[in-house]
Amino acid sequence: MSALELRVAAVEPLSPLVTRFRFEHPAGAALPLFSGGAHIVVEMPDAGVLRRNAYSLISDPMDGSGYEIAVRREDAGRGGSRFMHTQVKPGDTLRVTAPINLFSLDLRAKKHVLIGGGIGITPFLAQLRQLTRLQMPFELHYAARSRAEAAGLALLPDLPQIHVHISEEGNRMDLGAILSGQPLGTHVYTCGPEGLIAAVDDTAARLGWPKGALHSEAFLSPPPGTPFTVTLKSGRTIEVGPHQSLLEALEAAEVEVNWSCRGGACGRCETGVSACHGRIEHHDHWLSDEEKAAQTKIMPCVSRFTGEMLTLDL
Amino acid sequence: MTIRFNDETFRDDYTFHNSPEAIRRFPFPFDQDSYMYSVNLEPHAGGRAGSPFQNRFDVDEHYVAEMKDREITLAEDPLRCQSLPHMELAGWDFLELVMVSKSEDYPELFTLNRDGDRWHWINRPLGIEQRFTFLDPTTLPCGPMEYITRQTQGDHALLDQRDGNLWMDAGMVTSQADWSLDFDIGMNFYEWHAPVPKAHEMGVFQRALKFLLNLQQGAPVRRLNWTMTVNPRLDTSPENYHKWGPEKRTITPENVGAKQHLRVELQTLWRLPRSNAIAFPIRCYLMSLEDIVTQPKWGRRLHRVLRDLPDELAEYKGFAVNRPVIVDYLARFDDGADTSPGIFPD
Repeated sequence: MSALELRVAAVEPLSPLVTRFRFEHPAGAALPLFSGGAHIVVEMPDAGVLRRNAYSLISDPMDGSGYEIAVRREDAGRGGSRFMHTQVKPGDTLRVTAPINLFSLDLRAKKHVLIGGGIGITPFLAQLRQLTRLQMPFELHYAARSRAEAAGLALLPDLPQIHVHISEEGNRMDLGAILSGQPLGTHVYTCGPEGLIAAVDDTAARLGWPKGALHSEAFLSPPPGTPFTVTLKSGRTIEVGPHQSLLEALEAAEVEVNWSCRGGACGRCETGVSACHGRIEHHDHWLSDEEKAAQTKIMPCVSRFTGEMLTLDL
Repeated sequence: MTIRFNDETFRDDYTFHNSPEAIRRFPFPFDQDSYMYSVNLEPHAGGRAGSPFQNRFDVDEHYVAEMKDREITLAEDPLRCQSLPHMELAGWDFLELVMVSKSEDYPELFTLNRDGDRWHWINRPLGIEQRFTFLDPTTLPCGPMEYITRQTQGDHALLDQRDGNLWMDAGMVTSQADWSLDFDIGMNFYEWHAPVPKAHEMGVFQRALKFLLNLQQGAPVRRLNWTMTVNPRLDTSPENYHKWGPEKRTITPENVGAKQHLRVELQTLWRLPRSNAIAFPIRCYLMSLEDIVTQPKWGRRLHRVLRDLPDELAEYKGFAVNRPVIVDYLARFDDGADTSPGIFPD
């Protein structure tokens, strides 16, 4: 993973739960440009534990003067977002990866419809800048429960293509209305809770949208679970804590595993399983249903295990 | 560094030639005495000084002549250069990559001045000076990919990434080893590799695709590929098979050393920033057998590789008909001695 050492240039709360961070090159050099939908992985040295979380870039992809991310504080999470909110101050230096895009625009589209729910607005903040620059037709729909929680409001430019839906104000997003009547060749992109992605898929299917025109950010945080143990080829055993991912446990034990998105989407950390006495809890979007059922591969970034023994090809 | 550019042709009278320095720096593709497909990708992060791996885009003594040959091929067949409409942004990304790399790596040959989006490009070997506005195609004489690939050795494909696959949606292809951009355009990674024997069953393409989908900006990779070509012809295309196919039948024991060439492709892969596409330059190097055997290690090794190559690979690479003559010729330069590891000459 090629990494950049960047200085925290600004920390700005956007809502009670969401804070914006801006990173710049310490010597003022230009950072690599990126495409809308790209993310970076931020390394967080948190009291002896090296945490790594992926965050969508929300700044202008054509502006190399800095990278910006918006982090929602998840108090029930593994601690990364809490670290960002409580420990990171302007002037600090953090290591981040070069931008990687697993949720890019399909530039063949005649029109782009972006649907973001809650913190799922983040990848679209960069995409709408890219679309504006490329002069491509688009519309963006942002749904949030309440105005107070809608951190994205402060980040959205004032454009006629942008529609805000606040359910508390009786202005719930009507997917049927959004998806019907779009011109042929439109692509739709969804990022947000699983329920929103499923609702867009269902509505689109009902309206006869081709599957290839539907895109969603299949990104997820490693879910917590019960502790478990894995065995390596050497016979060595590794304990995985309830709020730790298998990948994090392997890294803490200095076992080398490739990784990129750390969210079950890119496939980079795919690891062979040589023996499985129990059940792998597959949480990824990478392995096929058949591969998951075979229990011979695991994505250690998000997947867990329950049972007697899991032996990895490591 | 000064480069003397050859006055030479890649068709008709075939005056192409390699200087002694070009022979020594030839990217000989075999690191051992046998060959089989593999996902032989390594970081494209420099290499031995003077070798074709040193710079991001290698410029050598054939540069000016290769660009003239490309011009001839394009004039006869404009479909060698195609870019589907959604690939224009990738074309700009690639233009930037080449201009920045060449002006930094060969400052005496190329200069790029940038003032915001107002760019000024000077290409001294080709006598080109151009002022243009970055991302505004009306300020260039042709599209950005065509513009820069008319000034960059090698064929170039731009691959769009979507739906978990790579799609060959743009390219400039005039020095290819018997494949056609016009045929492949719009195909995905598995489709355009369909004719390759054996590698599918080995899972090579699945592994390679997974690797490439995760290719990172600033971390390009490279690999070498090879085939055999009779006469130093760049345009061995299916479109012009009627011109070069019959030349395969002109090989005799007397002329094989001079006419039979090893054709090596230095393939590099680059993640592009704004478009998230992948640029895939395929740079072709040609060297006659009689030049190869001036390096004793290469003569011994090429003999062993070609002698032992599985039939279907010789067939696919199009030299099965001449293999006995080639192997007989090379056998004279193989004394059975051990060869040292790696690709470089002793």
